[in-house]
Amino acid sequence: MSKLSEKKTKEKGFSLLLILFFTVLFIIIMLPFYAITLASFKPGEDLIRYGLNLRFDLSIMSFDNFVFLFTGDHSYFTWFKNSMFLTIVQVALTLFVSAFVAYGFAAYEFKGKTPLFICVLLIMMVPFEILLLPLYKLIFDLKLMNTYTAIVLPGIANAGTIFFFRQYLRGIPKAIIDSGRVDGATEYGIFFRLIVPVMKPSFAAMAILNGMNSWNNLLWPFMVLGDGKKFTLPIGLKTLLTPYGNNYDLLIVGSFFAILPIFLLFLAFQKYFIGGLTAGAVKG
Amino acid sequence: MIKLKRFLHSQKYAPYIFILPFVIIFIIFWLFPLLNSFRMSFQDQMLGQEPIWIGFDNYKKLMNDTVFVKAVTNSVIYMAATLLLLIPFPMLFAVLLDSKYMKLREFFKSSFFVPALTSVVVAGTIFRLMFGEMEGSLMNTFLANFNLGPFKYLKDQTLSRIALLALACWRWTGVNMLYFLAGLNAIDKEYYEAAAIDGATAFQRFKNITVPLIKPTTVYVLTISIYAGLAMFTESLMLFNGNNSPKNIGLTIVGYLYRQGIEKNRLGYAATVGIFLLIVAMTINLTQLKLTGTFKKEGSK
Repeated sequence: MSKLSEKKTKEKGFSLLLILFFTVLFIIIMLPFYAITLASFKPGEDLIRYGLNLRFDLSIMSFDNFVFLFTGDHSYFTWFKNSMFLTIVQVALTLFVSAFVAYGFAAYEFKGKTPLFICVLLIMMVPFEILLLPLYKLIFDLKLMNTYTAIVLPGIANAGTIFFFRQYLRGIPKAIIDSGRVDGATEYGIFFRLIVPVMKPSFAAMAILNGMNSWNNLLWPFMVLGDGKKFTLPIGLKTLLTPYGNNYDLLIVGSFFAILPIFLLFLAFQKYFIGGLTAGAVKG
Repeated sequence: MIKLKRFLHSQKYAPYIFILPFVIIFIIFWLFPLLNSFRMSFQDQMLGQEPIWIGFDNYKKLMNDTVFVKAVTNSVIYMAATLLLLIPFPMLFAVLLDSKYMKLREFFKSSFFVPALTSVVVAGTIFRLMFGEMEGSLMNTFLANFNLGPFKYLKDQTLSRIALLALACWRWTGVNMLYFLAGLNAIDKEYYEAAAIDGATAFQRFKNITVPLIKPTTVYVLTISIYAGLAMFTESLMLFNGNNSPKNIGLTIVGYLYRQGIEKNRLGYAATVGIFLLIVAMTINLTQLKLTGTFKKEGSK
């Protein structure tokens, strides 16, 4: 055997080994999804007795849980609707305000710019959990308990999103702004008519990141919302677990459908998910 | 009116209008609560009632609070373990995935990210049931193959830690791997070519090129992991189905803050827990950033 073909075989073997290794990892990572999908076809009783398992037993499997989800007497779709509404409103407002602010940081030189931008970084550096209590008290004092305003407003000028937009805007040629000024557009006209359209890819990345966080957010909404009619999906699903017994019939199939919208979005817009997430990591 | 319009539209003042929403939100919903947190830590306070100033009493009490010590221990162990598991392994996976012999790269890259799409409620429920104490649960069935178990995972200190870490690894390995892949992409391929010509082995290339050049990414992942680890709460809340785990084996710092502040309405004492968390998180991260030389590099730029 010649040296070259020997090298080829070696490379092929290595390639195969890599695929094998990642396939094993893939199976481990997908196992919980497989288990919960399987469980959504089993009666809740089976879960209580055996826990989550990989037993494929057609004799106990049925579409009962799915039928119950769509026809039964429960609040699942109220939560679903609330989550959908809250996510859309939160994403739209956060993106709008954050882009507006980021443009100010990216397009102008002004007095106090550096200290103000340090404030943006400061927010990203302090864990939100520390503010949990004083913020809770503030919301109580402002009489905003049990409102969606309390969930949306504190995060409307989102530091991470501002940071991302500013990085993106710094790459946009200043000539666009100058040409706008020559045409007699106002500073805000330039932003809305000339800048916003070129920001589209960054909007997509941040919409997905913020949307995912909003859709999945548990702690803060859970603390602020007391009225069952206003519950979001994560809160609602959590209420199915009680110290006195768990409503697995609804919980499992409900969890399945809670993942679904995000998963479909992910399949459609993968590169934006990954782009938005990793933007800050390469060059901090 | 015209004056106002001219003011709003002048190039000199426009940036301040753009920044204004941030400044307002920053002051009301960040700076004020943060300062208030310090003030509350010197008070005895309940929601809707007049606070009482009590000096350093909360701090003194905190230092002698064994449940709090337990919570801190749990959080610190969890954080340290996530650093050991969620930095080297994702880095290794990223390097392997980035290898030129790797096929189906995009497929694996995307599929490893999928667990991060799940909410903590869904993920926590799945892991709670997988680590169920029944003989038929996934973990117990698996371990029965090796004649081990059945175990009551969520009633045992070590085993429940393993369950929490399994949950963390499941959700974040793919995300951290993506961070490292992005970092690897930023490395100039010429370094590797030059090293290959010099006859460097794969391990030497990893050690002498990849690791040093990927450092900004590593520092970033380290920084966010330290915060996320120390501030972990909802994972424990879901896994133990509540904030009251047996003998507090799953209690974390933020869990204790929540218990004192929200469940027991002792806002002042809970604020003190928050201040403690702030100081610990900042200290660890500033030390880490200093040790990794991040400040020095920023300065010389």
